[in-house]
Amino acid sequence: MSSLPNSFRSGPDERGHFGMFGGRFVAETLMPLILDLERAYADAKSDAAFQRDMARYRKDYIGRPSPLYFAERLTDHLREISAASGGAGGAKIYLKREELNHTGSHKVNNVLGQILVARRMGKKRIIAETGAGQHGVATATLCARFGLDCVVYMGAVDVARQEPNVIRMEMLGAKVVPVQSGTRTLKDAMNEALRDWVTNVHDTFYCIGTVAGPHPYPMMVRDFQSIIGEETRRQMQEAEGRLPDSLIACIGGGSNAMGLFHPFLDESSVEIFGVEAAGHGLDKQHAASLTGGRPGVLHGNRTYLLMNGDGQIEDAHSISAGLDYPGIGPEHSWLHETGRVTYLSATDEEALGAFQLLSRLEGIIPALESAHAIARVIELAPGRTKDHLMVVNLSGRGDKDVPQVGDILKGRKK
Amino acid sequence: MTTRIDTRFAELRKQGRSAFVTFLMAGDPDPATSLAIIKALPRAGADIIEIGMPFTDPMADGPAVQAAGRRALDAGMTLTGTLRMIGEFRKDDDSTPVVLMGYYNPVYIYGVEKFLDDARAAGVDGLIVVDLPPEEDSELCIPAMKAGLNFIRLATPTTDDKRLPAVLANTSGFVYYVSITGITGSAAADSTAVGAAVGRIKRHTSLPVCVGFGIRTPDAARGIAERSDGAVVGSALVDALSASLDAEGKATSGTVQAVASLAAALAEGVRSARQAAE
Ligand SMILES: Cc1ncc(COP(=O)(O)O)c(C=O)c1O
Repeated sequence: MSSLPNSFRSGPDERGHFGMFGGRFVAETLMPLILDLERAYADAKSDAAFQRDMARYRKDYIGRPSPLYFAERLTDHLREISAASGGAGGAKIYLKREELNHTGSHKVNNVLGQILVARRMGKKRIIAETGAGQHGVATATLCARFGLDCVVYMGAVDVARQEPNVIRMEMLGAKVVPVQSGTRTLKDAMNEALRDWVTNVHDTFYCIGTVAGPHPYPMMVRDFQSIIGEETRRQMQEAEGRLPDSLIACIGGGSNAMGLFHPFLDESSVEIFGVEAAGHGLDKQHAASLTGGRPGVLHGNRTYLLMNGDGQIEDAHSISAGLDYPGIGPEHSWLHETGRVTYLSATDEEALGAFQLLSRLEGIIPALESAHAIARVIELAPGRTKDHLMVVNLSGRGDKDVPQVGDILKGRKK
Repeated sequence: MTTRIDTRFAELRKQGRSAFVTFLMAGDPDPATSLAIIKALPRAGADIIEIGMPFTDPMADGPAVQAAGRRALDAGMTLTGTLRMIGEFRKDDDSTPVVLMGYYNPVYIYGVEKFLDDARAAGVDGLIVVDLPPEEDSELCIPAMKAGLNFIRLATPTTDDKRLPAVLANTSGFVYYVSITGITGSAAADSTAVGAAVGRIKRHTSLPVCVGFGIRTPDAARGIAERSDGAVVGSALVDALSASLDAEGKATSGTVQAVASLAAALAEGVRSARQAAE
């Protein structure tokens, strides 16, 4: 990029573009609805009653604010690693506890906002796509709370590996549809949700689970998730009297990361890291769209995608169903090209290691998604000074992953 | 500038009848059979041929067209191969209009300028790109117009009178009215509703209006042809192709004929229609 913007927080433009990324690449059938949604969201944003509702449900239903927790034992452990290699470093590590939210992840922040918008638009039927099931569970939960019909599309592969969440969604009254097309993971669930939406556009609201899709979704989801970064700012002021020095979060589509990052984008002293899933390795099958992909157009937006030379989308792979997506939100593509955010990756193995380390040291079992961010913390923190304040977004809890990780570890013992 | 599409509709107007428009996926079930099928279509009565550009993630397509795209990709079809196939078809047929239909990403990755040059050279007349609404006209629609290709837009039941002018603004060749809100291969709309919708669109444009989605039988094709300038049939032809394949999904000696016979029957239905009242 030749010139840097004055602010990294001003996007998107009125056509939904972050630099060259974003936009509205959807079938004509959906366009009128997407324009309606854009108006409804603008209207809600400036309505004090909507803001009051949001604040009330955030506090009493989700359980916000989520704590900012000083991870003392993880900090000590990484300081020992630094000392063992002759260093005197080891950042002070804070966990933003999104896993303590009702339903167990950051996803509920976004769903609450979208469901309140859907209600304003008079929609009675909600559809969603889900990978790990966390977005599906959050959607099923708020649909139960507001008495809305809920259909969740989930790749058949993910239905198998995230069974606890499938059971939860059904208990909450949602219909879970296993998607058999394509790779039978998150991207196919999104295709199927779009097909449903095209068919039932008159009464259906599509609740997208991350900062991707046609404008205004990337912006709207980011706004709803920005509560994470706003609270972090306040809480760090209270705990340390200053801003954090670095932020780090895992990236599937990138919503928990955008939520943490956005309020800090114009603070030039704050280093920011996003962690993609490197799967079996960046030279093998992975889900690292920025590191291993290039710009293309899919699911309503232009963004970095994994694809072959003919523009066909390639299969992503990650041990974590929530990161197993061949794309990324368009704002991340822009932050990558402007250089404001540094994008790293972590493999399946590294995530498994971090999963176990955090469980043992802090008594917190993280989601496999979040474990990708922890994996890079383990590497970055020992190289930082002891007064360096590092915040990692603990986007979800690992309950849903216990059976899957348990099977893997049992297999290794034999 | 007059394209093969404009010429074809002028001829049909003289004959006082609607167009029979076919859709099949390029390279389905393999490149050679696919070429043999499209060569057979004009003889079977197709007035305009739409050819799908296979894509891994066809968001607005139903199971039949999705599976067709998968078969084509598995058999090695690419966008380059699709254009080469049309070039082959053009060696024997210089009059039947060919419209490419698909999603934007393969075209974007091919490179818009290069794609337009190569498509024109191959003998393509028009483009339908499902995920490029008027809001994204600068991507491909405007460059295609400049390159002398028709950019055919879909209008749908959700496209109201307020939005129609925007949808029609840069449309040329014909308007493709999608008679239902839904994916390809889903239920048919009733022909009375279609007639009203076509009338509504014609109040905003002098372009021919063709109607597609959900037409499966010669009778249905006649009903639509009576109320519009053309009936588009896709999934039914794809289903006929698919039913002719062997257990491994490979073409059999009956594949080309299976598609051609259904096309001929549908063409008969369209030709038996009384032309829509202007
Ligand atoms: C706990 C958790 N973290 C992260 C993600 C990835 O999504 P995003 O990048 O939008 O935060 C998911 C997605 O399912 C998730 O469940």
